[in-house]
Amino acid sequence: MTIRVEGLSAAYGQLTALREVSLRVEPGEILAIVGANGAGKSTLLKTIAGQLAATTGSVHIDDRDVTRLAASERARLGILLVPEGRRLFPSLTVRENLQVGTSTGRAGVWTIDSVCDLFPLVEERLDRRAGLMSGGEQQATAIARALVGNPSVLMLDEISLGLAPTIVVDLYSKLGRITEQGTSILLVEQDVRRAATVADQIHCLLEGSTALAGRDLDLADITAAYFGVSTR
Amino acid sequence: MNILEAAIQGVLLGGLYGLFAAGLSLIFGVMRIVNLGYGAFAVLSAYLALALTRSTSMSPLLALLIIVPVMAAFGFVLQRWVLQRTLDPSPLPSILVTFGLAVIVENALLLTQSADQERLTLGRIDTQAIQLGEIRIGVYPLAVFVLALVLLGVLSLVIQKTGFGRSVRAISDDPGTVELMGIKPKRIYAWSGAIAFGLVAVAGVASGIQSSFNPSSGSLLLIFAFEAVIIGGIGSLWGTLVGAMVLGVAQTVGAAFAPSQQLLIGHIVFLLFLLFLPRGLTGKATRA
Repeated sequence: MTIRVEGLSAAYGQLTALREVSLRVEPGEILAIVGANGAGKSTLLKTIAGQLAATTGSVHIDDRDVTRLAASERARLGILLVPEGRRLFPSLTVRENLQVGTSTGRAGVWTIDSVCDLFPLVEERLDRRAGLMSGGEQQATAIARALVGNPSVLMLDEISLGLAPTIVVDLYSKLGRITEQGTSILLVEQDVRRAATVADQIHCLLEGSTALAGRDLDLADITAAYFGVSTR
Repeated sequence: MNILEAAIQGVLLGGLYGLFAAGLSLIFGVMRIVNLGYGAFAVLSAYLALALTRSTSMSPLLALLIIVPVMAAFGFVLQRWVLQRTLDPSPLPSILVTFGLAVIVENALLLTQSADQERLTLGRIDTQAIQLGEIRIGVYPLAVFVLALVLLGVLSLVIQKTGFGRSVRAISDDPGTVELMGIKPKRIYAWSGAIAFGLVAVAGVASGIQSSFNPSSGSLLLIFAFEAVIIGGIGSLWGTLVGAMVLGVAQTVGAAFAPSQQLLIGHIVFLLFLLFLPRGLTGKATRA
């Protein structure tokens, strides 16, 4: 399914954190959102997921306007967010976390068995309490928990945060298996170089607004937009 | 009366307190909602049973078949459309609203009923006892104890094994993230409210058969329920039953030594737990 965001703004109280952002992701595509701290990357994902209300603009999935829907209803339509900091249910086992993930009621290729194939790390820990695992195991579980909900749009908020580089490479290597099912991925990433290697599109935010967006961008241009300096 | 008999009575009394505390353990312990109206609604259930038994001369047990669904439906509506609006990082709004509800229920009962002591009866079963050597065990307290075991067992299975139970535990961990999985927390809260009020109806009627009650009895029942939950350890249903038994034994054994200070001794034991074992017997971590 195609996700289409038009003129989306959002605010925390009086503070506008996102201004008139538009983007479009086709099925199976990866769009990376880059930007400095406080640029509005997480805010953009939260607003698309419905955790934060949009003040202007709209979010469409195919031709369906979901802008006014609650987060739980968007999840049932396949818009799933892996939140920043993983947010597993610490008192539940890994298996129970995955079972809660199936509450979207969506059928598809992803089941507890198939996500265990994708993440052997998760399979080894199925009966462990989620709160007692390492960061890498928790992040893999958080992605698996969203996957079992069979997303049409999967949003990943800083999955590399606080993880060892080898684990991050391993997690990123799985994304192809997800997009080949037609799932689009929106991911937030601090590391511009890593984002540029996996993504079909880059969307660079600066102070809540789009600084640069497109395909096949030059790394130097992205870096310039990231810091808000002109290349010319 | 010997100490052993007092202790057995205390364990059985703990069954009744456990019945009370079960619903509270679910909504306070697991879902972290403080409901101070709990005792008043138990008493309201007992008065409903009284009205039914007097008007139709049906047994209080039969009346439960009507009262439990009515109270559960009321609990659903109250949670979904009143208490849901009080949910806040601060517990104060829900404390104030439920305290207000308790005052309303108590005074409505005082206005429409009377301040007299009332009692429900099952006829002969009220006073029947089993004789085991030196020890006499009341049939009715034993039945209540077994009922508490069964209901807590079922509730515990529901919480541990079903999708609904997983949702309840997930919400208790992180309500915001649960929504990202397509679950509507409001609906889960409302069903929990229904379960809690169904249990409070059973507890209120059971208590009304075991001992007399008046419109103001609710506050004492509420204190026992909270004490049981805290002694047992917040968030654990079986802990709550054990906590209720500790409280029951403290009261009955205490009464064997100082008959007029039964309740005080129960409270002192509770305070000792707060002082030396603030996380309760099961010791689950409490959230700040």
